[in-house]
Amino acid sequence: MTSLSAKIQDVFDEPACDNNRGKDAKARKEGCSKPLTPGAAAGGCAFDGAKIVLQPITDVAHLVHAPLACEGNSWDNRGTASSGPTLWRTSFTTDLTELDVVMGQGERKLFRAIREIKETYAPPAVFVYLTCVTALIGDDIEAVCKRAAEKFGLAVVPINAPGLAGSKNLGNKLAAEALLDHVIGTVEPDDAGPYDINILGEFNLSGEFWLVKPLLDRLGIRVRACIPGDARYIDVASAHRAQAAMLVCSSALINLARKMEERWDIPFFEGSFYGITDTSEALRNIAELLVRKGADPEILDRTDTLIAEQEAIAWKKLEAYRPRLQGKRVLLNTGGVKSWSVVHALMEIGMEIVGTSVKKSTVEDKERIKRILKDENHMFEQMTARDLYAMLSKHKADIMLSGGRTQFIALKAKTPWLDINQERQHPYAGYDGMVELVRQIDLAIHNPIWGQVREPAPWDCQLALEDDPASTKNGTATVNAFNEFAGATAHHFGDR
Amino acid sequence: MVRILRKIKSAAVNPLKSSQPLGAAFAFLGVEGAMPLFHGGQGCTSFALVLFVRHFKEAIPLQTTAMDEVATILGGADHLEEAILNLKTRTKPKLIGVCTTALVETRGEDCASDIANVKLKHVEELAGTEVVLANTPDFDGAIEEGWAKAVAAMIEGITRSGARTRQPKKIAILPGCNLTVADVEHLRDMVESFGLRPVILPDVSGSLDGTVPDRWVTTTYGGTSVEEIRELGTAVQCIVIGEHMRRPAKVLHGLTGVPFAVFQSLTGLRAADRFISLLSAVSGAAVPARVRRHRAQLEDALLDGHFHFGGKKIAIAAEPDQLYQLATFFTGMGCDIAAAVTTTDMSKILQKVPAEWVQIGDLGDLEALAAGADLLVTHSHGRQASRRLGIPLMRVGFPIFDRLGSQHKLRILYRGTRDLIFDVANIFQANQHAPTPEALDPFRKREMPDELRSSPLTRH
Ligand code: SF4
Repeated sequence: MTSLSAKIQDVFDEPACDNNRGKDAKARKEGCSKPLTPGAAAGGCAFDGAKIVLQPITDVAHLVHAPLACEGNSWDNRGTASSGPTLWRTSFTTDLTELDVVMGQGERKLFRAIREIKETYAPPAVFVYLTCVTALIGDDIEAVCKRAAEKFGLAVVPINAPGLAGSKNLGNKLAAEALLDHVIGTVEPDDAGPYDINILGEFNLSGEFWLVKPLLDRLGIRVRACIPGDARYIDVASAHRAQAAMLVCSSALINLARKMEERWDIPFFEGSFYGITDTSEALRNIAELLVRKGADPEILDRTDTLIAEQEAIAWKKLEAYRPRLQGKRVLLNTGGVKSWSVVHALMEIGMEIVGTSVKKSTVEDKERIKRILKDENHMFEQMTARDLYAMLSKHKADIMLSGGRTQFIALKAKTPWLDINQERQHPYAGYDGMVELVRQIDLAIHNPIWGQVREPAPWDCQLALEDDPASTKNGTATVNAFNEFAGATAHHFGDR
Repeated sequence: MVRILRKIKSAAVNPLKSSQPLGAAFAFLGVEGAMPLFHGGQGCTSFALVLFVRHFKEAIPLQTTAMDEVATILGGADHLEEAILNLKTRTKPKLIGVCTTALVETRGEDCASDIANVKLKHVEELAGTEVVLANTPDFDGAIEEGWAKAVAAMIEGITRSGARTRQPKKIAILPGCNLTVADVEHLRDMVESFGLRPVILPDVSGSLDGTVPDRWVTTTYGGTSVEEIRELGTAVQCIVIGEHMRRPAKVLHGLTGVPFAVFQSLTGLRAADRFISLLSAVSGAAVPARVRRHRAQLEDALLDGHFHFGGKKIAIAAEPDQLYQLATFFTGMGCDIAAAVTTTDMSKILQKVPAEWVQIGDLGDLEALAAGADLLVTHSHGRQASRRLGIPLMRVGFPIFDRLGSQHKLRILYRGTRDLIFDVANIFQANQHAPTPEALDPFRKREMPDELRSSPLTRH
């Protein structure tokens, strides 16, 4: 536990973290995770966070050392995509029983489990996740992993991020530490080149990195490792030979980026592939970093040409949506995504932003959003479910973009909703991704169901009619009422 | 005699189980104004919550005591107390259902006395809110056990004890967790059509049926009311569906003397007949014409459907009672059970499963055993095995996250069995293989005739 505490201290002390820059040494040491309120807490645990970061490495066997709950309730639930191996989607857990716990058989079972996996699946590596119960009973997974690695001749990596250590975010960072301690730098590539980069913190959700990678290919830039999206173990193990790195999604893997810079002199910048301007900026930054590290400066011009060409295409495609989306009001309620660039693109085609959450945005992001929105009242840290529901049911927005957690608030308030977090079905990165996002917004807002679900049942409107004695006594009136009703029905369901 | 094959692997591969506390929370969700509370780390709750939401496509109330490292060392009583009080002020639930997890159970915490202390200390603050406890460590059991424990805990904690004046028309029904929303709705209609008044515990048809409320509610809305649970002892008869519900029924019987009848499954003609006969006997009413028609429709479905079922090999992975429900259905249609996998060896029902053996295990086992089967039957996680084996998958149970409307599928009594026949027959028809000269060539590599293997000459 003590080595874990030291690790936690270390990642909380992250100097490159925006939030930390504003804190003094003491406040930093205390860490950024606020204590949770029992009975009013939300969000995953450190194990969850670690698994999110590591599981997309596709050819690794991910073995969860725990009773059933940690893995049994959560496996095969991520939307990242693989271009090859599928082992990452197979779930492995030691599924400890009461007997295992009481008799202290955890470590032995773990060792045997690693052997079974090695014999049946022969993966290049097994990642072993420590969890609350196995931490509590004091199982020493580091030792077991070491012994198994020696015995079976494959990489066995302990992931020391039990849930009780803290939040999902902490787990992200502990996962990065595990990669730094046990994986990155363990394999020397024989093909390192001047145009090799790493993309850190890109998860390849719905395969969206494949919307970006061809752009890099076109520029002759090779992605040595994309961590973790669609990665292979060997890519990660040899990632230390890249020239430069881009860190996507600011907070999650910042320690990874900074320590790789420290240890292997891989400079990085923080960027995003969401939105048109951000994508361009990212491409430009990559080229600049490579040049700084000695690549031929002609790549800068080629990058600019590509950007100009791709931007023109994207804006032209987006322009087509202007007539349908102009003036529509968007509520952005998302934690992770750096939203300002998306905000920018949506406003560019005439949409109005009626609110955006800045809970996880950096100070810099907030400034940018403020500048674009012109009205900072539209920024909020977090809204309660009840407030959100109230706002949406009064139709103060035409669509909400958010993660799955608030999905049903929008839907029950009969408001169009689009998933822009982890579980989403569509790729939104790069130029084409932005166009796809706008297309999905258009489809959501203009779906014909909204007209149907927002109108009350016809018999509720007809009450007045029935109360009128004339209409029941008088034959013609009944017929009229019937016609009216039939007409109304046709109007409700017919051609619109 | 069914052979029960115990687990020998150390690594569970693609788990079949969902955890026991999840099962308990599921049962609490069938009570009106309820708030299930996991006593453990926040991650356990978050995972269960996400899984519920993926299955039901609904906002699900579920909270956590958020045990952290300090609480794990010092004990969770304070967190439990704080969570209960917070929930009470914030959401004003009528019921807080505490489900323990492996973390607190491994520490050996005495949660029952912790809760008793909280209740004693805060009598006034907690007025109008029942707090009950289900001991559900993750390292034991699965959904069935958790569900049954929660129901037993509610009866123990809330139902007024002692022999009471029985209401001749009131029937208590304790459905197992394998019944869908549609099943429970249908059950109620059926009982009511005999002039009886059913009280169903838990009643997911009221709370998880996907309706749109007109305001934002943070607890469950709909389901069995706490008042109904309190008055359960005045029922004239208790009907139990699923072997795992026998214990809650015994608890009710012990407390109040209400007699119970166990139906291990309500799927299939015979089971439905038995159930309807019981209703007719208890109510003294004749079987309504509508129900007779349902029966006739099922007869017809059996006649039309059986062509598609005969000789088919079915591989099922499900919790014990659901395994029994489905295996008996399939063998009743002329199929063979090629593989039967379940979660625990504790259930008595396993001895009655119409298969040579039942493997305690996971979906990795199912995948290994199902080669050559015509149909896989399990929850959504079976999709990977289905793709790799090229065998169609029928999704049953929990979780079903990649198909819509699973809660509205009727699977019991005459109509449910009829629908089930059609659904399965349609899967078979959609996956027919066209005949090829190679497959029919008399000089092809012929396999030795094997009782379980279907003839290569039949198209399926
Ligand atoms: S909180 Fe602990 S026990 Fe719960 S899922 Fe996370 S690691 Fe597992």
